[in-house]
Amino acid sequence: MAQLEEVSIDLYKHLVSERALSGETMLLNMGPQHPSTHGVLRLLLELDGETIVNAIPDIGYLHTGVEKNMEAKTYVKAEVMSDRLDYMNNLGNNLAYCMAVEKLVDLDVPERAQTLRVILAELERINSHLVWVGTFGLDLAAMSMFLYAFREREMILDIKELISGQRMMTTYIRPGGLWRDVPVEFEAAVRNFLKIFPKRVDEYEALLTKNPLFLDRLLGIGKMDGATALQHGVTGPMLRASGVNWDLRKARPYTGYEQYDFNVPVATEGDTYARYVVRIQEFRESMKIIEQALNKLPLGPVRSDNRKFVPPPRSEIGVSMEALIHHFKLWTEGFNAPNASVYSAVESPRGELGVYLEGDGGPKPHRVHWRTPSFENLSVLPEIVKGHLVADLIAILASVDIVLGDIDR
Amino acid sequence: MNMDTKLEPIVQALQEKFNTSIEEFRSEVHVFVNPADIVSALTLLRDKYDFELLSAMTATDYWPQQSPRFHVIYQLSSLARNITIQLRVPVDGVDPKIPTATGVYDVANWRERELKDMFGIIPEGHPDPRILLLPEDWGDKHPLRKDFPLGYEEVQFTFNFEDIDLRKPYAKE
Repeated sequence: MAQLEEVSIDLYKHLVSERALSGETMLLNMGPQHPSTHGVLRLLLELDGETIVNAIPDIGYLHTGVEKNMEAKTYVKAEVMSDRLDYMNNLGNNLAYCMAVEKLVDLDVPERAQTLRVILAELERINSHLVWVGTFGLDLAAMSMFLYAFREREMILDIKELISGQRMMTTYIRPGGLWRDVPVEFEAAVRNFLKIFPKRVDEYEALLTKNPLFLDRLLGIGKMDGATALQHGVTGPMLRASGVNWDLRKARPYTGYEQYDFNVPVATEGDTYARYVVRIQEFRESMKIIEQALNKLPLGPVRSDNRKFVPPPRSEIGVSMEALIHHFKLWTEGFNAPNASVYSAVESPRGELGVYLEGDGGPKPHRVHWRTPSFENLSVLPEIVKGHLVADLIAILASVDIVLGDIDR
Repeated sequence: MNMDTKLEPIVQALQEKFNTSIEEFRSEVHVFVNPADIVSALTLLRDKYDFELLSAMTATDYWPQQSPRFHVIYQLSSLARNITIQLRVPVDGVDPKIPTATGVYDVANWRERELKDMFGIIPEGHPDPRILLLPEDWGDKHPLRKDFPLGYEEVQFTFNFEDIDLRKPYAKE
């Protein structure tokens, strides 16, 4: 048994108020093991009674060295690490990474793969928001919300299992297209989900949106204006809840988002309730996109036929010597990317998910950096919790929608 | 050369003021700025050209090359004009440091702490230069540098469990 060490506040001296040094206010440790921190996040709180004077987030408990690991693998093999970053948005992370690789080596993606990517990214957005609305309810003592949200999430996980064989770590989107075409059951499964889900969102809204207990906990809590949000690099629904209409799907359309008719929900209040409203509306907008994409889903290949970067289909390997060579070269050595760097960003459920990818002429990336939205979204927390109660901190933290795998990388 | 026409006057202004050089790849513009000028360049971009958002900030290591060993990268976005620009600051490998950008963008606070952990690039004048992602007792090692080896853990099976257990490092009690 290790000896308990005397803890000094010297390290945090410049971050707490004068009153903490004289012992007037209390320093309280929250986490890293705490149900409402949504993972291993530690918060050091300076409290005056129940009121928060300062909050100091301490992250890094889930740091796994993803960026270093990716540098040691070829471009295709490194992709499996992307699923593990933001484990609520696996396909979205695959998409961000593949878009960066495609930009680096200048690779085209066929139309069918583009449309399927949109469907999958939007399903993943719904999936992520479902976990968020469930845990948000759970943190605010609306426990049944959690059960309902996870019931619907199960349908999306089933669809992911159907297409990739995995419920979470899919690695389904690959540089140059998709791993393989979706099975015939896919369309029916998605249509079934689209039929059931709108009613379920109505149910969530009936449970929460006008619930007086819910409103009491949320209205006017954790207010943040658009300028503060941008200064701290906050993006995604948090930024849009503060009145800034910024969505990469509209501003810089990728994978054909410009073809779909959808709105970007914006709220101006910037409080915890506004963040809830924005995300609930995003459910409906995502469903609109999925429906349009499913209706126009073209037939055709789902992988680029540029054999220098994309492996040939299984059927060709038995009959074509050239295909066999390509297959062998791609899975042993990998493809070479130019000695240059690209930055490519997508709108993840949490905000701008960017990948900085630098090649060095060889088959392995020289540097991969993930600009993960949760990291910036959490960094604004000390600003917006000041003056609120500890119970409000739970609501604010839940409304930020952090994923610790996304923050610590 | 297919630079966004909206970017041309901005790149020109940077060139005149800070004597920068330009690189282009896949219609992304990379502007090389000296470390001494970076804070004023960021301030100019934010105040005059509406680059409200410091999207990403990272670095890359070109070891064994020593000078400049690192490039610190500032990826900026303008929401009002819908353009992006990348500033790259070459940093020397011996005693690497950059002036802090926390006065211009608050988000640089955590990002610069991350750079200090991962590359050992010291942000000068940073208000809170504590360790961010690595353990507090990690020491003066910087994992994302190219001369830092990628480690691994030996896998223990029943037949060699004890052999490996003897030489396996554990956290000190």
